[in-house]
Amino acid sequence: MVKKIYFQSIFLSFFFIKETFAAESGGMPQLNPEFWVSQIFWLTLTFGIMYLILSKLILPKISNNLESRKSQILENIEAAEKQREDSDAKLKEYDEIISNSKLEANSILNLAREKAMKDIGAKRKVLDKQIDNEIAEAEKEIDILRKNALDKINKIAIETSSDLLQKLIGTEVNNSSISAIVDDLSKKKGDKYYGN
Amino acid sequence: MAANPMSQFDVYRIGPEIKIGAFDISFTNASLFMILSSLSILLVFNLGSKKNSILPNKLQLLAELSYSFVSKMISDTAGSKAKPYFAFIFSLFMFVLFCNMFGMIPYTFTVTSHIIVTFMLAAFIFIGVTIIGFIKHGFGYLKLFVPSGVPAILLPLIVVIEIISYLSRPISLSVRLFANMMAGHTMMKVFGGFVISLGVVGGWLPLSFSVALTGLEILVAFLQAYVFAILTCIYLNDALNLHH
Repeated sequence: MVKKIYFQSIFLSFFFIKETFAAESGGMPQLNPEFWVSQIFWLTLTFGIMYLILSKLILPKISNNLESRKSQILENIEAAEKQREDSDAKLKEYDEIISNSKLEANSILNLAREKAMKDIGAKRKVLDKQIDNEIAEAEKEIDILRKNALDKINKIAIETSSDLLQKLIGTEVNNSSISAIVDDLSKKKGDKYYGN
Repeated sequence: MAANPMSQFDVYRIGPEIKIGAFDISFTNASLFMILSSLSILLVFNLGSKKNSILPNKLQLLAELSYSFVSKMISDTAGSKAKPYFAFIFSLFMFVLFCNMFGMIPYTFTVTSHIIVTFMLAAFIFIGVTIIGFIKHGFGYLKLFVPSGVPAILLPLIVVIEIISYLSRPISLSVRLFANMMAGHTMMKVFGGFVISLGVVGGWLPLSFSVALTGLEILVAFLQAYVFAILTCIYLNDALNLHH
């Protein structure tokens, strides 16, 4: 839209220029050679001086600035990269130390456990032996005591029964006959009372 | 006088008449705006390159972005061999750009709207590029006019066309810039005249066109400077790297 108007107006303006060509004597000032030499001279002068100053003084400075910035940025990136590598290495080292110490701790723990187990086993064995010994001794004592007790009980039974019979009957009964009865009874019921 | 849209292109003497031999080299309004443009370029880029800080200020950024822009343009179109001509193309681009932009300020004179100025620049480029071509390739530079892969029957015709197109380079280069600047400024003046002649009632339409045209002309001012510089790069590329 704008373009169309633009070109239409260019046409329009050229019509206008044509009319002014007809009206004015000069026409396009661009085609008037009166100041051509002057324009060429001043163009050469200004452009030449500007070119010289730009190319000798200003452009090298700008290029220097750009280069130095670039190199500084590159250096910084390099330094950052180096530091990152360093930190990575340190991290690895740290991890290694941590894992190593974990392993060490585990092995120490295992060793200690084994040692403790061994100690416990040895002590248990000693204790077991002691206990076994004591139990055996106690059993022996009990056996002795049981045997003694049986004899004593028989004796007491004979004595008490003879005493009882004496008091009941008033006469002395023969000890041997009573002991025979007691023996017989104790043999019959001994199992029941003493477990043997 | 002000109603004539061509009067803005009038060159007139400022100060006394200066003559060297038969030549009149008086200081004119054209000379004034050439000096103004050159001085502004030098000022901007001098201030922009004075301090070298890692975080550039606005002027430094402007100077460095322009530098990279032109540098990229040259390396893209003419390759790395064109590096020695960077300063010239940079000055050329900036000179044309600043002259065009100065012309956008009301009551100023547009240096690049004069065919003699643009033609001088184009002729200098043309002659310089031709000399560079002959220095780099000797008479082998004439191979430029003989494109490879063309049937033998068509060759005479093609060579003639190539020679004509080569010789018309300075004319097309200079007329493109001059005509664009002149047409744009004339049109703005015409629309400005319409605003006055149509008055308060009907003047708003041409006024709005005038506003839109101003934007367009600023774009054209930049674009023509860019085209001028990039065509110079392309011609330089032909001279440096013979492709044909």
